[in-house]
Amino acid sequence: MLRVAQIFVPSRAVAEDVVQETWVRVLGALERFEGRSSLKTWVFRILVNTAKTRAQREGRVLPFSALGEPARVPEPAVDPARFRPEDDERFPGAWSVPPRALPEERLLAAETRAVVEQAIEGLPSTQAAVIRLRDVDGWSAEEVCNALDLSEVNQRVLLHRARAKVRSAVEEYLSP
Amino acid sequence: MTDTFALSCQELVELVTDYLEGALSPVDVRRFEEHTDGCENCTRYLEQLRLTIRVTGTITTDDLSPEMEQELLGAFNDWVSR
Repeated sequence: MLRVAQIFVPSRAVAEDVVQETWVRVLGALERFEGRSSLKTWVFRILVNTAKTRAQREGRVLPFSALGEPARVPEPAVDPARFRPEDDERFPGAWSVPPRALPEERLLAAETRAVVEQAIEGLPSTQAAVIRLRDVDGWSAEEVCNALDLSEVNQRVLLHRARAKVRSAVEEYLSP
Repeated sequence: MTDTFALSCQELVELVTDYLEGALSPVDVRRFEEHTDGCENCTRYLEQLRLTIRVTGTITTDDLSPEMEQELLGAFNDWVSR
């Protein structure tokens, strides 16, 4: 909840406030919960609304454009320099610097987990929120779309970019 | 010629998430798999992405600070005793 709140508000302290206010509102409205969505989705809807209101009060520009239109600015999953040019005579767009072999036992070690966490922290907040909810917390795509008010396509674009950057950080860290 | 619509490696890496999410059309799934079947590099890329997702899934979260937990418990208790 905190990390979702932090997409909208400037600091962790304010985000904690937002989460607390959310719970107060949830408890206050619980009797009116109709069970048309899952409880989790409902709680996150309240959270996002609370966070947006708070962000406006703090005079913060909402990251709606970032949430709503991630596809506007193209962002390649892999550095284009690692592929042959499109006009290559024999293998256009084929790997010129292929992904390096990564030792699986190191990939699954605790140190790599730290690299992944760091990479996620370095992501734009919307990408970080989506990859955390999906891949760390194990939410379904539908739950993330509902809670963050994202279209399916935009949810996938954000997830795609986030995963690509995390993989690339891991590759950089593990390859000699 | 079967590869009129063949994907390049550069195109394939942009479809990996759609592939893993089941968002590709059956035709595109076939193009995707035809490519990976014959391409060691893209197979490795796909495998690395799967492993990255697995590692990401082992991260544990510390969502609440202790102070906040106290405040929340307080708010809850107020509500219960209302």
